[in-house]
Amino acid sequence: MKQPIIEIEHLKKYFPVKEGKLHALDDISLSIFEGQTLGVVGESGCGKSTLGRTLLRLVEPTDGIIRYDGRDITKLNRKELADVRRDMQIIFQDPYASLNPRMTVKELIAEPLIVNKIISNKKELMKEVDRLMALVGLSQRLSMAYPHELDGGRRQRIGIARAIAMKPRFIVCDEPVSALDVSIQAQILNLLMDLQAELSLTYLFITHDLSVVRHISTNIAVMYLGQCVEMAPSKVLFKNPVHPYTKALLSAIPIPSSSMRHKAIETVKGEVVSPINPLPGCRFAQRCPGCGEQCAHYESELIEVEPKHFVACPSAVKAYMAQK
Amino acid sequence: MKPLLSIENLAVAYQTDLETVAAVNGISFAIHKGQTLGIVGETGAGKTTTALSILRLLPDRTGIIKSGKIEFEGEDLLTYSERAMRKVRGEKVAMIFQDPMTALNPVIPIGKQIAEALILHNPDGMSRDDIEDRVDASLKMVGISPQRKGDYPHQFSGGMKQRVIIAIALACKPKLIIADEPTTALDVTIQAQVLQMINDLKSELQTAMIMITHDLGIVAQTCDEVAVMYAGEIVEYGMMEDIFDAPVHHPYTVGLFGSIPSLDQDVERLYTIDGLMPDPTNLPVGCKFMDRCPKVMPICQEAPKTYTISGKHQIKCHLFSDIAQSPSDSGKADTNTAEPDKGANP
Repeated sequence: MKQPIIEIEHLKKYFPVKEGKLHALDDISLSIFEGQTLGVVGESGCGKSTLGRTLLRLVEPTDGIIRYDGRDITKLNRKELADVRRDMQIIFQDPYASLNPRMTVKELIAEPLIVNKIISNKKELMKEVDRLMALVGLSQRLSMAYPHELDGGRRQRIGIARAIAMKPRFIVCDEPVSALDVSIQAQILNLLMDLQAELSLTYLFITHDLSVVRHISTNIAVMYLGQCVEMAPSKVLFKNPVHPYTKALLSAIPIPSSSMRHKAIETVKGEVVSPINPLPGCRFAQRCPGCGEQCAHYESELIEVEPKHFVACPSAVKAYMAQK
Repeated sequence: MKPLLSIENLAVAYQTDLETVAAVNGISFAIHKGQTLGIVGETGAGKTTTALSILRLLPDRTGIIKSGKIEFEGEDLLTYSERAMRKVRGEKVAMIFQDPMTALNPVIPIGKQIAEALILHNPDGMSRDDIEDRVDASLKMVGISPQRKGDYPHQFSGGMKQRVIIAIALACKPKLIIADEPTTALDVTIQAQVLQMINDLKSELQTAMIMITHDLGIVAQTCDEVAVMYAGEIVEYGMMEDIFDAPVHHPYTVGLFGSIPSLDQDVERLYTIDGLMPDPTNLPVGCKFMDRCPKVMPICQEAPKTYTISGKHQIKCHLFSDIAQSPSDSGKADTNTAEPDKGANP
């Protein structure tokens, strides 16, 4: 059995706000294996990005364990953390906001190498920058360009080059293609998958786009209001969704096919409730079509319905098992 | 039947001292009562510019309509005075903007913002009380309790704000609604709610609609006819079924469909369209898609004509020149196809 590269246990992150505590992450446990991609989907405010950032300790967790290669990184001091961070990188959603507008492409890509004192020799540094640019498909003539001169796809390629400059093993991709047009999105997705194969990278891929997550992920975790409600290998999740929220999410995607024309759009009622001081019990209960009395009090615990397929809803699991 | 809105050969440019951006380059289409036309394309294709030209909301001085006609109910809107235009906007043609967070005035209660349109136009000569009733009715129609009409925009979620915007657009019962990416800023489950509501209201009120989007899934769910735009031109036009199911397509449409990761098929690599959209300040002379097209030919240096494939299905590409010359010979379409299946991976 392969060892997971990332393992998190009972991870919690509460943000203090005026009204109480905002539960951004509530008791999340999952593991990611080497060379695989874990997709995290959910709607805005469900804690996807917080999960990605807490994993890298860009946000300090409130409670829980994050293991990288078997080592708990929540206890590391600054210096130890800096070593680990070299292996763990992040690609941000908005490539424009995350790049310094006053630096050229060359400087932007060289920056992480200089900061981490990887290469001090100037000639070698430039050689490495050239290699990285070629790797992510940026042509040499752009090396003196500034971010504002480039389109979103090329800016995102710079973000990717900066992330892989450290030769990391694990990358958090926080909605890396959401700001891009479909044809450019496809180019970046292909690039990310090529790099994964070439450099044997492990990804945590955060997105709200279900077709993207299906395409790129080995496993998928569905989040709702700070909790993981279902986790499964991606094909299984799309074929046999069990949790009512996953089902609602899947049926809400507009599918580009003419057969959709005369089909009624399926909707779930209501909206996401506030994550501040949530009530005990199931957080999806108010919107759930199958909500009963039992939903008001149960501890959210993932139940394994078949190998590697976990669901947080006891009544849905019961129904699914009966069906099988 | 005369169309409600017909656009002929519209060309729009943004002109500054430094450069001229050719945003829309000679497009034509028509919409009938109760119909929905989808305009799809990527950023910079000229979708929003087209919408703004219909309402004559292009930025002063820089946004210039170079040529063309925009006929609404038989009259050319381009000849209207600013005063006459004000009667059209909101009353006959309404617009739903993309971003519900910024389209509402943050310091005015939402009920007042809906009433504003009614007071300004007051199409049926209503009294104050009638207007209040109409506001309540509009809110109910979009699924918001009328008790909340005194609330301010920040007290609503994104999806609810978009409903308020739709209520404002529908308040005067316009004949045409232009929806510019109405659900792009919303989450999928909320998007489904809003799309369903738009579909219901449209059939209830028999309003015609222009749905501007980059999401082909939304097109499939809401539109009767579809125009695919690229670099300010309509490269393919047809019934929704033509665009999704017909055997032949413009190479750009093929690329657009291929770039979307499928939900039910496994594909190792996504089909990509190489390169980028051409710079609108310096468009190529011939076909605008030439530099990215996998089927480029020497003749592409000349601008292609629009060829009718069948019925309403039109494609602007040299690949189809001989089909159009012999429209009776339908079998020829198959020997001269672009990609027969859109999802195919070369």
